[in-house]
Amino acid sequence: MTVPEGTEQSNLPEDPPKSGREWFLLGARAAISIPALILTAAFVGFAGLARETGLSLAETLAMTGFIWALPSIVVLTGALSSGMGLIPASIAVALASVRLMPMTMALMPMVKVPGKTKNWHLLIASHFVAVTAWVFAMRTLPELPREARLPYFTGFGSAVTSFVFCMTGIAYLAVERLPDVVAGALVLLTPVYFLCSLWGAARLNVDKAAMVVGLVLGPLFFLYLPGLDLLWTGLIGGTVTFFGMKIFRGGLS
Amino acid sequence: MSGDVMMDTWWWPYVMILVAGWLATDVWRWIGVFASGRLREDSELLIWVRCVATALVAGLISKLILFPQGILGETPMWLRIAAACAGFGAFFLSRQKVIVGVLAAEAFLIGGWWLVDRVG
Repeated sequence: MTVPEGTEQSNLPEDPPKSGREWFLLGARAAISIPALILTAAFVGFAGLARETGLSLAETLAMTGFIWALPSIVVLTGALSSGMGLIPASIAVALASVRLMPMTMALMPMVKVPGKTKNWHLLIASHFVAVTAWVFAMRTLPELPREARLPYFTGFGSAVTSFVFCMTGIAYLAVERLPDVVAGALVLLTPVYFLCSLWGAARLNVDKAAMVVGLVLGPLFFLYLPGLDLLWTGLIGGTVTFFGMKIFRGGLS
Repeated sequence: MSGDVMMDTWWWPYVMILVAGWLATDVWRWIGVFASGRLREDSELLIWVRCVATALVAGLISKLILFPQGILGETPMWLRIAAACAGFGAFFLSRQKVIVGVLAAEAFLIGGWWLVDRVG
């Protein structure tokens, strides 16, 4: 079962002239992969969390489709359950999804055909930028012809999103009948999946240091400053790490 | 504590989802599209922004492990921490394969849970 996720591209036929639609379908087919399955399981876990929190099926699905970034979804779930106001919740979610900006920035030059690709195509495709699709894209796309990349990525993204969307709905309806151990195990899936993929996505030491600091500060702020604890964890933990690493590397220059 | 506060009106959660969820998330993707090629990814400002974001998500991770909602909250805290550590260790030893880490953590949790139930 440990089929490398890169296998798909070697299955691609060698004759290059293909329509955008064919690349879209090939991308959709590549979505049948191990990372997509982990993501699906993580969303099944979220469906359980959403149900425990008291969200309706429609709210759960709306969050899945509209936000499409699990950390932001989980932050918003927490905000909804604690009755947080619109502004603090927006700030908390926005902070949790800042990382999507550099990820999108890194991806876009790769899928763009200079002078040809329309911005609104990129804006639509950018909605699929999240850890799973991004890691897949950064690894797979460079081997494809430039014109193929945007439809291929969009196909991959929309296939994963639709599949996860349906499975989240099914899981929400089924989750009440799950045995305790399975329901509990699925709730643990999300943080462990994040733990591993966040570390995997960290490229600089300072990212990893920020992650460790956040892991320690998160529960402390939750206990002593509940409500805006995640904001403080991010702002204080991130800033301290940033300047701490600067000093550690040899003084503020 | 859930339910009552947010169910005051039926549409309020959707306002929250669209504004605090969709807009607050996709705005970064859109900025990313427009800023690509203009902002350098290794600029100091972006590194700081990423530190803040990473610490925030990490804080969320440990919160989810230490203070989970629902049935998982009934397991002992040490078991959840140990399961997460086992998962991360396996992830590391397997040359950073996420699937290995996830499966190891789950196996540890389910095995430990079963043992705790039998002993306790």
